[in-house]
Amino acid sequence: MTSIKSFMSRQELIGILVIAAVLFIIMPLAMDIFRLNLFGKYLTYAFVAVGLVLCWGKCGILSLGQGVFFGLGGYCMAMYLKLEASTPEATAIQSTPGIPDFMDWNQITALPWFWEPFNSLTFTLLAIIIVPAVFAFIIGAAMFKRRVGGVYFAIITQAIAAILTILIIGQQGYTGGVNGITDLRTLKSWDIRTDEAKYILYYVNGALLIAVLLLSQIVLKSKLGRLLVAVRDQEDRVRFSGYDVSNIKIFVFCFAAVLSAIGGAMFTLQVGFMSPSFVGIVPSIEMVIFCAVGGRLSIFGAVYGTLLVNWAKTTFSETFPELWLFGLGALFIAVVLIFPNGVSGLYQSYLAPLVDRVVSTGKRKGRSDTAPPPSSGFGAETTAKPAE
Amino acid sequence: MRRVKDIIQSRMSRRSLLAGTAATAIVAATGAVTPTFADEANTTGLAVTDDTVQVGILHSVTGTMAISETGSVQAEKLAIEQINAMGGVLGRKIEYIQEDGASDWPTFAEKAKKLLVNDKVAAVFGCWTSASRKAVLPVFEQYNGMLYYPTFYEGLEQSPNVIYTGQEATQQIIAGIDWVAEEKGAKSFYLLGSDYIWPRTSNKIARKHIEKLGHKVVGEEYYPLGHTQFNSVINKIKLKKPDVIYAIVVGGSNVAFYKQLKAAGIDMTKEKPLLLTISVTEDEIRGIGGENIDGAYAAMKYFQSLENDNNIEFVKAFKEMWGDDVVIGDVTQAAYLGPWLWKAAVEKAGSFDIDKVRLASPGIELATAPEGYVRVHENHHLWSKTRIGLAKPDGQYELIYETADLMEPDPFPEGYQ
Repeated sequence: MTSIKSFMSRQELIGILVIAAVLFIIMPLAMDIFRLNLFGKYLTYAFVAVGLVLCWGKCGILSLGQGVFFGLGGYCMAMYLKLEASTPEATAIQSTPGIPDFMDWNQITALPWFWEPFNSLTFTLLAIIIVPAVFAFIIGAAMFKRRVGGVYFAIITQAIAAILTILIIGQQGYTGGVNGITDLRTLKSWDIRTDEAKYILYYVNGALLIAVLLLSQIVLKSKLGRLLVAVRDQEDRVRFSGYDVSNIKIFVFCFAAVLSAIGGAMFTLQVGFMSPSFVGIVPSIEMVIFCAVGGRLSIFGAVYGTLLVNWAKTTFSETFPELWLFGLGALFIAVVLIFPNGVSGLYQSYLAPLVDRVVSTGKRKGRSDTAPPPSSGFGAETTAKPAE
Repeated sequence: MRRVKDIIQSRMSRRSLLAGTAATAIVAATGAVTPTFADEANTTGLAVTDDTVQVGILHSVTGTMAISETGSVQAEKLAIEQINAMGGVLGRKIEYIQEDGASDWPTFAEKAKKLLVNDKVAAVFGCWTSASRKAVLPVFEQYNGMLYYPTFYEGLEQSPNVIYTGQEATQQIIAGIDWVAEEKGAKSFYLLGSDYIWPRTSNKIARKHIEKLGHKVVGEEYYPLGHTQFNSVINKIKLKKPDVIYAIVVGGSNVAFYKQLKAAGIDMTKEKPLLLTISVTEDEIRGIGGENIDGAYAAMKYFQSLENDNNIEFVKAFKEMWGDDVVIGDVTQAAYLGPWLWKAAVEKAGSFDIDKVRLASPGIELATAPEGYVRVHENHHLWSKTRIGLAKPDGQYELIYETADLMEPDPFPEGYQ
């Protein structure tokens, strides 16, 4: 218990248990496989949103290019799956059998060298982590060492998202262009399109998300986590205290990038294709919106925000195919105007005191009937302590 | 062709096996949800009752593609309304569920799956860009749905689950190039297009055909989607003086391209050089402006100005339903064919069952099509005539030429790959 205590308050433990319960019990019971698969897809965006909470909410680095990393992870996975689907037998119809179909359409006659390693699953899994991490490191080192920050950093990340999209679309012989990499079928000859596979992938996805939440929680509660917040609030003071601010920033940016890439890879597995429409500026900004709706200070809020926005998107567009964008727009305006701290802000100001009371009365039962109401959302730790 | 037929056949049988298992699973899973299973007309658990049948319409009504796809949605709704007025299909009224692809390919895939898995529609009319079709294709094949796809496209595809109601590349290209070579004596061509699969594949076929005729391609260039600076290519064109500019520019780039062409002093009405396009329908001319494209030629299968009885009636009905200021382009007409072809196939099969409709589809004829008689080929594309139209300042095409016979669809053209 003490080891858990060191990085997680009672509230946060409840938070993570609730998410686990929602993901693993409530969702699968409440939904058929089609809806569950949709939620699985939304959850892959939650990886990005959690990364953004650390990067933007905690450390104050607004990145408008997280789609880049989501895309890198997704494309790595898609390249592996595409190679597996492009056996000489399955592609016998092409002028050059054995290479992905879009290469054949673009008159490419041999597999490009950078596709070769993606025949190996081990390499692919490593690449999903390492490629975005290295890329983020290069961007981070180039920017933060020169003390580029704030709005300028946001604009540059956005430019990178635009550049990568143009690159992917332009090099369609190697990347599939606008169409993306489609028609992915099997992973190690396990058909990922069956309902059973969708269930399994959903649970794998959920488990990974919980793991990522725990990892983020550990980072946040460590000394590093406090430094992140310090950098956001008083960057100069941190620097004058002898810390290298740029290293802290590079770390959190890389960390967020890797989380996004994991989300991207899981996306490819669950949806069955990857296209440049996840890499560009619009999806990158959308991902920031998920995070903002959830509340950019809470990793749990980010998960709920992502689910809420995507659920709203799907529901509105199914009900009002021609007007749904207005509904979604109204939701965003409402979030900004009425509850700027998002879902988690609402929770903190209305629900958290209630939860505190329940938790603390439970603890005090038998000792006293009147539990003193905690004054703020942060009260849980202090009021619960005497009960130990 | 390297045993294309064998491969397709083996694919088909694998598919139908898959479809069988999927179908039983669906029946088992939804027995309680769908109220009445209507007799033997429907054996696969589709959304069919004794007096209604549900179909899906899946196009972008928001986002950048909305401007192009709206016409298709309107045409499909018109066809459905007309079919219902005639008593429906197998005595059942068609009800449609419309979903928005939002100009976003993954959304198309998601919505396609929703229509097939959740709504169990008997057919889907939809998609426009190749990218959206590629995104939904695995979904249709996995869940065994039926898609009627209206756009002219690059070919190289033949799915048992799709009926392609637009022309594939060879139909549009070969007739067009033959015509300029014979009638206009064209000998040199400058190919240019937007940079994605359709223009690239089309130009590949065009180049092969031009070279086969013994003529010359003097240049070939591609520009990213949305590109608006065509001055450099226009200068090259002026330098190389080709007889024909063969343009496959799509979307918003068209506006810039044709305006800059005109501004650079290339007068298409003088036919030196002559411009032949396969990508500009009446819909695009609305954006470009008729005066900017006056004198260009287009090779496609349908123009709003066609003067046959079917078309006159179709244009009248379309305007009655959607207002006088609409224009009808090639794709809109192809989209209109979708529900009619599906109705004919269902009636021939005597069932809504996807597999039966698929088997009944080849050979289906439609004498009432606005473009004239069409017939479904074994490869799921349409036999259709190719026509050459001359763009007029009022935004309409004037019919100049049409092929005497129906062009055979050949999505995997031998010698053109």
